[in-house]
Amino acid sequence: MTAAIETERSGLVGYLTAEVSRSPTQASLQRLYFGCRRFAQNPLAMVGFFVLVALILIAVFAPWIAPFPMNEQNLQTRLLWPSADHLFGTDELGRDIFSRVVYGSRITLQITCLVAVIAAPIGLLVGTVSGYFGGWTDTIMMRLTDVFLSFPPLILALGFVAALGPGIRNAVIAIALTVWPPIARLARAETLTVRSSDYIAAIRAQGAPAWRVVVKHVMPMCLSSVIIRITLNMAGIILTAAALGFLGLGAQPPMPEWGAMLSTGRQYLLGSWFLAAAPGLAIVVVSLGFNLFGDGLRDVLDPRDE
Amino acid sequence: MITPLLEVEGLSVTFKTPHRLVRAVRDISFAVGKEKVGIVGESGSGKSVTGRAILKLTPGNGTVSARRMQFEEIDLANASETEMLNVRGKRIGMILQDPKFSLDPVMRAGDQIAEALPPGLTKAEARERVLEVLEAVQIRNPKRVYDLYPHECSGGMGQRVMIAMMLVPEPKLLIADEPTSALDVTVRMQVLAILDDLVERRGLGLMFISHDLNLVATFCDRVLIMYAGRIVEECKASELRQATHPYTQGLLASLPRIGDRRKRLATLVRDPAWAL
Amino acid sequence: MIEVEDLTVRFGKGKAAVTAVDGVSFTVRTGEAFGLVGESGCGKTTILRALAGLNEDWSGLVRIDGKQLMPKRERAFYKLVQIVFQDPYGSLHPRFTVNGTLMEPIKIHDLDRPDERIDRVLRQVGLGPAFRFRYPHQLSGGQRQRVAIARALILEPKLMLLDEPTSALDVSVQAEILNLLTDIRDSTGLTFLLVSHDLSVVSHMCDRLAVMNQGRIYEELTVEDLVQRRYRETYTRQLFEASLGYDKRLSTAQVKALDEAGA
Ligand SMILES: Nc1ncnc2c1ncn2[C@@H]1O[C@H](COP(=O)(O)OP(=O)(O)OP(=O)(O)O)[C@@H](O)[C@H]1O
Ligand SMILES: Nc1ncnc2c1ncn2[C@@H]1O[C@H](COP(=O)(O)OP(=O)(O)OP(=O)(O)O)[C@@H](O)[C@H]1O
Ligand SMILES: [Mg+2]
Ligand SMILES: [Mg+2]
Repeated sequence: MTAAIETERSGLVGYLTAEVSRSPTQASLQRLYFGCRRFAQNPLAMVGFFVLVALILIAVFAPWIAPFPMNEQNLQTRLLWPSADHLFGTDELGRDIFSRVVYGSRITLQITCLVAVIAAPIGLLVGTVSGYFGGWTDTIMMRLTDVFLSFPPLILALGFVAALGPGIRNAVIAIALTVWPPIARLARAETLTVRSSDYIAAIRAQGAPAWRVVVKHVMPMCLSSVIIRITLNMAGIILTAAALGFLGLGAQPPMPEWGAMLSTGRQYLLGSWFLAAAPGLAIVVVSLGFNLFGDGLRDVLDPRDE
Repeated sequence: MITPLLEVEGLSVTFKTPHRLVRAVRDISFAVGKEKVGIVGESGSGKSVTGRAILKLTPGNGTVSARRMQFEEIDLANASETEMLNVRGKRIGMILQDPKFSLDPVMRAGDQIAEALPPGLTKAEARERVLEVLEAVQIRNPKRVYDLYPHECSGGMGQRVMIAMMLVPEPKLLIADEPTSALDVTVRMQVLAILDDLVERRGLGLMFISHDLNLVATFCDRVLIMYAGRIVEECKASELRQATHPYTQGLLASLPRIGDRRKRLATLVRDPAWAL
Repeated sequence: MIEVEDLTVRFGKGKAAVTAVDGVSFTVRTGEAFGLVGESGCGKTTILRALAGLNEDWSGLVRIDGKQLMPKRERAFYKLVQIVFQDPYGSLHPRFTVNGTLMEPIKIHDLDRPDERIDRVLRQVGLGPAFRFRYPHQLSGGQRQRVAIARALILEPKLMLLDEPTSALDVSVQAEILNLLTDIRDSTGLTFLLVSHDLSVVSHMCDRLAVMNQGRIYEELTVEDLVQRRYRETYTRQLFEASLGYDKRLSTAQVKALDEAGA
């Protein structure tokens, strides 16, 4: 118990760092503020953060950033080497690779967001319900999860796309189907420890119905590890999407999807390596960015008491 | 005054944390002879940190400084890590709160004790020595206990095995950090009786760290009372009830007692001056 | 208030089954403070959890406030009986502010005037409104236990189950919490069922107590009997003597007796 003799600061910073919060909003904002401050102290996490911010900005402002329309063909200028006009050179149809990589960020962002939005809630729900109720519910749900888990993700995704037909929407569904099972496992493991804690017993002793306990009390405890996990999985999602594109099962030409670009670039690898290098590099940078960001998030979100 | 085994002068321990410096122990001095010295105080007052600092087992973010720290002929304050290896466990033993954390779960109790023996003994000799120390901690059926795994020992038994292990190298000083807090009251008394007996018969020094004032007052010879990293008072255990420091008095008054008819207990009003 | 007859709780099935509580019977009168004393693992918490409706797997007859209890409870039951847990560090949800924690029971039971209730109950447990928007990690152990008590009080129960409410706290903080509980009982006339391994805490707080060991109640006596040492069981004597502190003669004798018994 140390007496805080710190002089009260005024303004927004004062509001955020006040020793005592006066409203629920202030309490949550304070948490957010201190979380961000912790995050900002981690340089690698900030690198990841800036990569993601850059990705979003590029995706949003693609038409202004890209010097050429993404599908403008010009067979006179095919396979040009990188130059001031064509930053990353041109491809086999004379399209500007830089512009295509820029537009490709939209597809990547779309795929990752959609997969996260589909897979995370499913995984969280299946995991927490299964862990909290146990018994038959648990057995059935976990066997189902095991079925999904027993295939390598890429093979499973391939299977689904093959069944559903190629295309970006089906690729998203297929990838999401491979992503939720590990999340469900994780959420279930977390739920098992949370379930036996006294604070869950306390809320049950106050007469809370089971759904309320799961949604309001168990889920928040699993949420941070699920967010961390899915962020760290993003790299894998991007790579799977790229792999599907590479195999011609994901985005279809002429869409500037990075994996598909990489795939066509492969044929010209010896003479014009930049065809494959530019989208390859983009994949590496964005995957790395997600990983660094996820690691940083883990440091902030993991409930370690000071 | 008994000739001291351990003399500590001006011991301080400081921890660096991301937020601030924690001065866990601040300039304390004390001596331990062939006697039972109790260290009491509230949670966070620096008792465990003191015990560990003597063996230089402070975690990486902590720094220990002392004007003098003499254990028999060894200058602990300036001892190198190699010298400390010869002190830890060999000449100063340490007993921790829960035996479950300190014993190897997949090794028989007897074999664990045998590990602490000096090398070069034959198997039969080693076994003989282990049975001897098990007997010294009042285990009646040492042959049976030799073959038990830690999870097969009850709490009191496990703690006795732990003590036996500490006794093998014949240390001169034992540092016991809450050795009985995890034990049931009835078992607790037996473990204490064994420690008591050892101090008396082998001439050990015992540093007994505890937060239980009542226990320390009845078990130890001398008591050091710690508050916020300082020793605020030192007295004979038998005279603890007549202690003069308001902190000690406050702690004693806040204890509930059987047959005491107060409706409300006295609470401690902390004076910032105590921590200065 | 509470009538328990032949309460038995088993964990596990078949060979691995443990009988944690073995045919326990006791009665607690309305307004009384009743203590359950016993060593670690003797089944004290298990009894409280069965009474509080946290464990549906028990047998026997339990009547609270005249109504016989089924393993499954209806919502009104939880307004009648509340529980305070042993470990203040584990019994508050780390992601909820004090306000959030206290708001939950209000929402579950659809109570009116939430702000007024929260302010009142916080004042009742000696925490000002300043604590309302703090997270558990911003509170000390004693303050957390006060919040836990506030959470139990907010539903205005008639019976409070206290599971070693002070065993994780320092003596000075223990005194504050025990005083708080005494004050609450004086002002509300609540019935207490207090569980502890510390005979002196129980004797300070309670009117009557039961001594438990290995899932059974050994004997039941009034605190007056205890003070006058009018107990019948050796086990009670051992607990009593241990609570007085270390006694060399007695303890050495005990070691001998125990080892002769071959333990
Ligand atoms: N590794 C560490 N880093 C930072 N602070 C530490 C560290 N270890 C201990 N401390 C601080 O040092 C102080 C004293 O701790 P110590 O463990 O000695 O308390 P104690 O008296 O043994 O309490 P208890 O009765 O709870 O065991 C505490 O305030 C604690 O937070
Ligand atoms: N969920 C469980 N599954 C299996 N065994 C259990 C379970 N909960 C408790 N037990 C067992 O029941 C017995 C009684 O446990 P309980 O927690 O009631 O003891 P207690 O008297 O509260 O002890 P303490 O003082 O340590 O809190 C113990 O032997 C324990 O191992
Ligand atoms: Mg300690
Ligand atoms: Mg218990």
